[in-house]
Amino acid sequence: MSSMIQTDTENVVRRKKSDAELYNRRADGTRRPWYSTVIARVVMIALSILFLLPLYWMIASALKSDQELAKFPPTLWPHVPEFGNFVKAVTAMPFLQFFANSAIITISVVILSVISNFVIAYGFSCIDWPGRDKIFYVVIATLFLPFPVTLIPMFDMWARLGLVNTLFPLIIPAAFGSAFYVFLLRQFLLQIPRAMLDAARVDGASEWMILWKIALPTSMPALTTVAIFAAVGSWNDFMGPLIYLQDSKVQTLSIGLQTFRSVNAQDVTFNQLMAASFLVILPLLVLFFVFQRYFIRGITIGGFK
Amino acid sequence: MSVPDTVGPQVTEPGVQRAAASDRAAARPPDLPRRMNSGQRRKLRTGLLFISPWIIGVVVFILYPVIYSISLSFTRYSGMEAPTWVGIQNYVTAVTDPLVAKAASNTIFYAIIAVPLGLIVALSLAIAMNQNVREVALYRTIFYAPSLIPAFAMSFIFIVFLNPQFGVFNQVLNLFGGANVNLLGDPTGVKIAIILMAQLGAGNAALIFLAGLRNVPRTVYEAARVDGAGPIRQFFSITFPLLTPVLLFNLITGVSGALQVFTEAFIVTNGTGDPDAGALFYMMYLYKNAFGFAELGYASALAVLLFLAGLALALLIFWLSRRFVNYDVEAG
Repeated sequence: MSSMIQTDTENVVRRKKSDAELYNRRADGTRRPWYSTVIARVVMIALSILFLLPLYWMIASALKSDQELAKFPPTLWPHVPEFGNFVKAVTAMPFLQFFANSAIITISVVILSVISNFVIAYGFSCIDWPGRDKIFYVVIATLFLPFPVTLIPMFDMWARLGLVNTLFPLIIPAAFGSAFYVFLLRQFLLQIPRAMLDAARVDGASEWMILWKIALPTSMPALTTVAIFAAVGSWNDFMGPLIYLQDSKVQTLSIGLQTFRSVNAQDVTFNQLMAASFLVILPLLVLFFVFQRYFIRGITIGGFK
Repeated sequence: MSVPDTVGPQVTEPGVQRAAASDRAAARPPDLPRRMNSGQRRKLRTGLLFISPWIIGVVVFILYPVIYSISLSFTRYSGMEAPTWVGIQNYVTAVTDPLVAKAASNTIFYAIIAVPLGLIVALSLAIAMNQNVREVALYRTIFYAPSLIPAFAMSFIFIVFLNPQFGVFNQVLNLFGGANVNLLGDPTGVKIAIILMAQLGAGNAALIFLAGLRNVPRTVYEAARVDGAGPIRQFFSITFPLLTPVLLFNLITGVSGALQVFTEAFIVTNGTGDPDAGALFYMMYLYKNAFGFAELGYASALAVLLFLAGLALALLIFWLSRRFVNYDVEAG
């Protein structure tokens, strides 16, 4: 298991050394003919166009004027870009209020998820206590529990506490861990050599110190993955806000846009809706492009066995 | 529930305890310690301390709600006044409710198409993401990007795409000589549209497949190549068998997600599930009962039924998986 981290580091080093050489050679070192990747590239470019289409159409529609949007056949790109649609989208609805609510929830959820899941995963991997692996089966079991069965009691519970129409029902559960993130981080933490942990214990380090000094630095890619998953999940969540946030003052972007569309169907046009939607996903796209390396490596090293 | 069974009884009378303990010790295999030593007990305490947030979470956010949900399902409850006991009335209603049958059949239709299709799309994407070309990181980014688009925004895009007046979908149909159709205005069409929409979000499952693909040792492929196996033979004899544990994971999460399909249908139909209840999925009907009609008791019964169906399917898949999942080669 521990060899995986090393393998990955070696790969990075090798790639830095000679990119071209690595890609032009087979695993056994023989040179590949130049045409060997042509078919793969053609297929992948075609797939790329298909997968970029929704994003492209969103941006193109966001920039079309009302008249151009209503044309048939539709124009394939905005002939006269209307950047004013973005201004209209932000001013036609309480966009900044929705944005602030989404941001508060997402940032809180990310911080709480990273801390809680890391501590829990450490308890399930780096400390050998009797019964640990049996209880971990319970964690796995909850992974497959369909959440609708808890939906109504949870709503009832938050309603009794008087916290419906506040952001708390969407934030607080993140402080108590989530099976998927615990699973992911545990896979990662199990790769830390036992001997290293035991050596630290012999030297008198407490578990908290080992968590902080050994486990944390090793787990940064996996923690980045958890942070991004939590951010995307929370930012894009629809059903949670739909149930808990009825008052427009506390609504998030996801539910706010839909409510605004269904209430003001006449006033809000699709180009404005596309413009607003693009502004919603823009922070996620930036986040993904910045952390893309960490993200994909975090999952692929974390590994599913 | 969190205390493992190796902890001995603590509060019984000493003599009785010793007698009982020695009886049990005699029945036990000799390598199991009768009690934990102080080091083990300390480790148990530390371990439980670290996982304590999870223990609280399981009790408050899972165990209590599940039990409460089951007990609510035997009541009539609007959320305002106290629940009144109605026995199995809600379950009798659910079985005879034509809209439950409609919602269940819509959901099954969705699952039967969307789950296998989703696995094929995700696996294809993962193979594409694993190609040995220089710009592979770019393809990974592109294939994953639609998974970042939230369901509500994707639904807006599809509403524009499929618009009967100005949608690009109809332009393509016209190009091939077809007449304009309103896919979202047709009870089956709307389901197909939602299934297609879900395929663009295959990125997450694809990354999990990718992790599996990268765990297959290269030496196995090299050995196969030396033995003369072509790419197709390699896929079916090596890649696929070694991917079956990952496939099992994606299959179960796929089925579980399909049973809960909600957001796209809610937005595309503006919460109605129309035309002709064609997009009224099970979760939509459950949501309507709970938060539209304030029938929390009935909705709880529907949730319990969904829970049982999901559980039965997961167990069935696990049972079948013993035949097809291959754990022989530990990759890595």
